[in-house]
Amino acid sequence: MRIGYYPGCSLEGSSKEYNDSLFAVAEKCGVTLEVIKDWSCCGASAAHNLNHDLALALPARTLALAEKQGLEEIVVPCAACYSRIAGTKNEISRNVAVKAKIEGFIDLKLSADVRILTVFEFLQKYIFPTVDQHIVNKLNQKAACYYGCLYTRPKEIAAVEQIENPMEMDEVIAKAGATPIEWAFKTECCGAGLSVSRTDIVAKLSGKIIEDAADRGAESIVVACPMCHMNLDMRRPEIKKQLKKDINIPVLFITQALGLSMGIPADKLGLNKHYVPTDKVVNCIVKMEA
Amino acid sequence: MSEQFEPKIVAFVCNWCTYAGADLAGTSRTKYATNVSIIRFPCTGRIDFMLLMKAFENGADGIIVSGCHPNDCHYTSGNFHARRRWIVFRSLLDFMGFDTDRITFSWVSAAEGTKWAGLVNEVTEKIREKGPFTEFKKLDYSILEKIENDVVTE
Amino acid sequence: MARIGVFICHCGENISATVDVAKVAEKAGKLSGVAFSVDYKYMCSDPGQTLIIEAIKEHKLTGIVVAACSPRMHEGTFRKAAEKAGINPYFCEMANIREHVSWVHPKSDATTQKALDIVRTMVAKVKKNAALFPIKVPVTKTALVIGGGIAGIQAALDIANAGHQVIMVEKKPSIGGHMSQLSETFPTLDCSQCILTPRMVEVAQHPNITLHTYAEVESVSGFVGNFDVKIKMKAKSVDYKKCTGCGACWQKCPSKKIPDEFNEGMGFRTAIYSPFPQAVPNKPVIDRPNCTYFTKGGKCGLCKKVCPADAINYDAVDEFIDVKVGAIITATGFDLKHADFFPEYGYGKFKDVIDGMQFERLASASGPTAGEIRRPSDGKIPEKIVFVACAGSRDKAKGIEYCSKICCMYTAKHAMLYKHKNHEGKAYVFYMDIRAAGKDYDEFVRRAIEEDEVQYIRGRVSRIYEKNGKLIVKGVDTLMNSEPVNIEADMVVLATAVVANIEAESLAQKLHISYNKHKFFAEAHPKLKPVETNTAGIMLAGACQSAKDIPESVSQASASASKVVGLFSSNELTREPIVAVVNRQAPPNFTSCTGCLLCQEVCPYHAIETEDIKDRGGNLIKRAARVNAGLCQGCGTCVAMCRNKSIDLQGFSNDQMLSEVMALLNS
Repeated sequence: MRIGYYPGCSLEGSSKEYNDSLFAVAEKCGVTLEVIKDWSCCGASAAHNLNHDLALALPARTLALAEKQGLEEIVVPCAACYSRIAGTKNEISRNVAVKAKIEGFIDLKLSADVRILTVFEFLQKYIFPTVDQHIVNKLNQKAACYYGCLYTRPKEIAAVEQIENPMEMDEVIAKAGATPIEWAFKTECCGAGLSVSRTDIVAKLSGKIIEDAADRGAESIVVACPMCHMNLDMRRPEIKKQLKKDINIPVLFITQALGLSMGIPADKLGLNKHYVPTDKVVNCIVKMEA
Repeated sequence: MSEQFEPKIVAFVCNWCTYAGADLAGTSRTKYATNVSIIRFPCTGRIDFMLLMKAFENGADGIIVSGCHPNDCHYTSGNFHARRRWIVFRSLLDFMGFDTDRITFSWVSAAEGTKWAGLVNEVTEKIREKGPFTEFKKLDYSILEKIENDVVTE
Repeated sequence: MARIGVFICHCGENISATVDVAKVAEKAGKLSGVAFSVDYKYMCSDPGQTLIIEAIKEHKLTGIVVAACSPRMHEGTFRKAAEKAGINPYFCEMANIREHVSWVHPKSDATTQKALDIVRTMVAKVKKNAALFPIKVPVTKTALVIGGGIAGIQAALDIANAGHQVIMVEKKPSIGGHMSQLSETFPTLDCSQCILTPRMVEVAQHPNITLHTYAEVESVSGFVGNFDVKIKMKAKSVDYKKCTGCGACWQKCPSKKIPDEFNEGMGFRTAIYSPFPQAVPNKPVIDRPNCTYFTKGGKCGLCKKVCPADAINYDAVDEFIDVKVGAIITATGFDLKHADFFPEYGYGKFKDVIDGMQFERLASASGPTAGEIRRPSDGKIPEKIVFVACAGSRDKAKGIEYCSKICCMYTAKHAMLYKHKNHEGKAYVFYMDIRAAGKDYDEFVRRAIEEDEVQYIRGRVSRIYEKNGKLIVKGVDTLMNSEPVNIEADMVVLATAVVANIEAESLAQKLHISYNKHKFFAEAHPKLKPVETNTAGIMLAGACQSAKDIPESVSQASASASKVVGLFSSNELTREPIVAVVNRQAPPNFTSCTGCLLCQEVCPYHAIETEDIKDRGGNLIKRAARVNAGLCQGCGTCVAMCRNKSIDLQGFSNDQMLSEVMALLNS
């Protein structure tokens, strides 16, 4: 089974470590990801705010290219890209007239039958069957899994089963030997795209998230979204100022956490690329008994 | 601007559900196409499907048969019989080369006025696209006379 | 020679605004067989009906078509008029040119043509009509009331006091329903059980009422005036003829930790139990799935040992009884939406997030905390309670678009009860709107706000989570510039949505009555027939039809009872003669029916019998089908099934339906 891959802009830039750790985990399990040739931007939040047709055309192009490449399934690790692409597939599949119009714009044939997998679905389907034999470490710490907003809304394309209390990442982190904690801010907003224009709001909202995780004893926060990661990690100085608390809990991508448990070296997982130092996590690893 | 083809569609409906649903569409002043005229039956189980053929023979371009949802029939099981009858009849029509898409079988309850209106509009457009029904024409009965004469003279 | 009269109604402007009624009348007058055609403003009015009657007499009309509203509205009216004029009422048909034409199409030639098409169709039908005469069936003057809550109780008492027999079936071990679980009732703050229990006792002691508790309706067949009902009497394991209700058994029962349904899971009961002290009948039943004797192969048996009346019977089995009734009233009430419905509020996860009925049990003097409002988690008295109104109702995302009607009032009541018992406590209500439309209702809510200092915050709650032993309620105050409001509460009460009784759907299917997508039973007409169903003889009372409070449930119950008493007011019911008939001919054929009896197989009412046609010597000539007109409901399934068209339906005969189709399509 050929698995297609859509990195999106963030995974090739600011969140390169998410991309690298995903490939490292896949490689260890003998799974190959095929990048969609000539892929382009999904439009993220800019497109759907400005022009509805453009917002559909951009992801539609990706789907059409995937089909052209003969791919039946694609993995989209970035939450925003996932939301745009799955949302487009949903709208196009339900409306024949819209589909015809978009096909006209992108000048490509589109059936919109490609299955779109989130990173959790990918891990469940392709990594879990063989991962046990590769797990050599226990993460041995309490982890707060943060899902953010895009995986849980809108209801029609929600990527998780229980939108008020998702458990998909919790299952993965448990596999990696960490203890997922029960906490109250799993799906609360981090401030999202206001990261640049209103950093103060991001500081306040992301601050609440980090504070609750810290209060409940979390030793790391795990995410599956480049935006969440940026707000919780890169904006830490502003958050600390806002909270007037010195909270240094590191933020990991789910694939990094899993990679650590599989014995993949920290630098190969890009753990040195984070703002909040991750040594504590790395040092918490306990080798499992043979 | 050429005249748009206005299909003639006959609806065979049950009194308790679909007829009441159409009444509700009326009370709610929901607007829909004029092409469908209703013939009221006590139950869809009463509908003899040869009547459908008579309708096509006399100029109908499309037909709707509609009754109560399964399990909700006012007479318990009439709609189940209608459904079974339709399944058997449809495969016969298919075999004969009849375009079974000209007959729409549906369930509309007394509370579903909007659904009735939507159904009428949907079927009207579907039949309009197909065009007038011309596949089977009235028998030329003069043939029968000729056969009779031939038999008598033999 | 047919002489049909056509009467086109304007219905004020309802029809004439979009249909050219004068033109329709003119063209109808030219149809073959039509001797008279006229249009008039209001056919159903007195002058309108007089017009019809005079026309029938003057023009010697043999049949009439009234083109107006739906026959479901006025067929009866015009048939009576025809009868007054001296012709058989079944020579009157209605052409629906209002609901099906004038109200749904714009003014146009096509609309007028459609009206004419329909008139022409019905004229063709009427020419094939035959004189029909009503069928008389006897009425069994016993009513069945399904459900023993306040609505069922009221209905049963009304019918019994009118002198008729009533059978009441209640699935729980006691009657009383949800009202018996309430602490106080709005808007008077009357003690609920104090006003209810005398009624319960009255039902139990009434000579005309037979009460079956711990029983369910198994099956229903027949029709109005003549229903056959099978009732399943679940095995109580206690012989009520011997039991005195002394209570020795449940005091000694060792299984004491069974979650108590009456207390909404907030207390415990024993395996042999009576649901509450004022239960009627006040005799216990054994909950077999939780009883040691039944689950552990005969161990225990304590209750039998201590019973002074030797009333325990472990060998009892479910029994079935068959009863004949003339009318049925459904009063099966409502439930509150439960369980994993609100993960964002922690309902089911956090012990101190409870629903309205659970709060009632806390507030109730006979409840698990003797009337003190205490937190289920640690038994402490809460200092701050947050009440969340509209928890699930009016919310498309939760699948419940409707308003549950009673929550605004009971939330105010709960907040007031809390404040009355804890003067220093703080009560907050997050609301969307306040629906307090009944008599003294708005004043009640104002009292909560002004006298008892309950704080009302207009806004919804997005999330509730636990932190440091408190419940953090994240809401918003939309009247204060949409300020987020976070309250650290000790307890949260959710006014969860009112839903239909969990067994409503299966009961509706047994009774062949309609229900909507939320499983609330369907009334015959939302405005004018709120207590009847489309199935003759079956009435609705109370919350099974839609969420409602106690005064409305009682009113509706009395209304259904009056319908039943009306039904019972004569010894015979006149039935519409829309029945099937198998033809009979002169010898030697006798009938074209070949006796295949396919009609008998498909009849849902078992209305088709076999008739042996014999000669004078008693020898069988042929066996044919025959319809029992008393049972036939007129669905016509048999007619469509008959291979050689020997059975036909009066009022919708093969001739009539064919002539309709031909007339509709051939102008």
